[in-house]
Amino acid sequence: MARIVAGVTSSHVPAIGAAIDNKRSGDAYWQPVFAGFERSKQWIADLKPDVIFLVYNDHASAFSLEVIPTFALGCAAEFKPADEGWGPRPVPTVEGYPQMAWHIAQSLILDEFDITIVNQMDVDHGLTVPLSLMFGEPDAWPVRVIPLAVNVVQYPPPTGNRCYNLGKAIRRAVELFDSNDKVVIFGTGGMSHQLQGPRAGFINKEFDADFLNRIVTDPVGLSRMPHVEYLREAGSEGVEMVMWLIMRGALDDDVREVHRFYHVPASNTAVGHIILENKVGAAR
Amino acid sequence: MTTPRATYDDIPGTTVFDAQRSRQGYWLNQFCMSLMKAENRAAFKADESTYLDKFPMSPEQKQAILDRDWNRMITLGGNIYFTAKLGATDGLSFQQIAAKMTGMTQEQYADMMAHGGRPPDGNRYTWEWEARSRG
Repeated sequence: MARIVAGVTSSHVPAIGAAIDNKRSGDAYWQPVFAGFERSKQWIADLKPDVIFLVYNDHASAFSLEVIPTFALGCAAEFKPADEGWGPRPVPTVEGYPQMAWHIAQSLILDEFDITIVNQMDVDHGLTVPLSLMFGEPDAWPVRVIPLAVNVVQYPPPTGNRCYNLGKAIRRAVELFDSNDKVVIFGTGGMSHQLQGPRAGFINKEFDADFLNRIVTDPVGLSRMPHVEYLREAGSEGVEMVMWLIMRGALDDDVREVHRFYHVPASNTAVGHIILENKVGAAR
Repeated sequence: MTTPRATYDDIPGTTVFDAQRSRQGYWLNQFCMSLMKAENRAAFKADESTYLDKFPMSPEQKQAILDRDWNRMITLGGNIYFTAKLGATDGLSFQQIAAKMTGMTQEQYADMMAHGGRPPDGNRYTWEWEARSRG
């Protein structure tokens, strides 16, 4: 069976992608951000996963207001970097894994998670920035990627509880897939930030520190946090942290924390990053 | 049943993109979406008013776009991830747009962020801002 061996959370700030693409990652402003991922790059290079199940949100790139799926699973053979208004990021096309993705889609639906199946989707910074942070600038991404786009643009996003339980269903689906694939699940976005209105620039370090602790040790409690608490305490765009709970739900209850990093600011945003391994079966 | 009353309207300086705002801002946001294509960006830049007339927006929405009044666009149903595409068309980053919405210069805003951002204390509830403006 395929298995999920580890989870990674990471912010997906677009300016991080721009810093990489414009060769400014060594600048004094950006150097601390990238330094926080040096160990992560080594970790994932050593682990050599076959597949990344990548939970992210689309930022009005693949999905406008015409269709707003709450959970959209990318089942295509490839996903091109989106033109978000500045031209597409100069990063490799993302290779999908249709066989596993379709299997997960079917399994989830029969498990009563009615997700949307997507066969054509460009992927924006929400997906490509975490890949860049973890894999650097390769000519081709060294993994296949199954994207799960979660709506956090149109209020309300799914609840934390729904996300957490979806993570559990994703794990069940992966473990029913007949292969030896080693899967790492990414939950991206956050941490505290607000991009809009007179309160833009909002950052809450205490909230973020608590969230980082509880994503490790108290995910069930965290999954009960109402949306308004995210909006008020983590900023209007901080609500995207519900996506981290999908990652967490797909792991064991008891996990090993491998790495943690937190830094303010990257543009408008607090950068948070954590790596968690399942204690059992995390074959290295 | 009816939709529960919004519990987030007492967060200061914040507009939650809910159903009502999404309905109001549909064409404003779809206009922004059209700027994902390079040829549309060129057509818009060549003649902004004519391009905007292709979208059934209110006169107030069109004026807010022409004025690049970023907060007004949000008030009229715009969503930041969509209006950011207008910003990109103008060559602005997310941070530059955010600075404009706070009434700060970009330098002031970047400085605030470099010093840890806008703190939560005093910025959670509208009454905190109202008390401050009364002095």
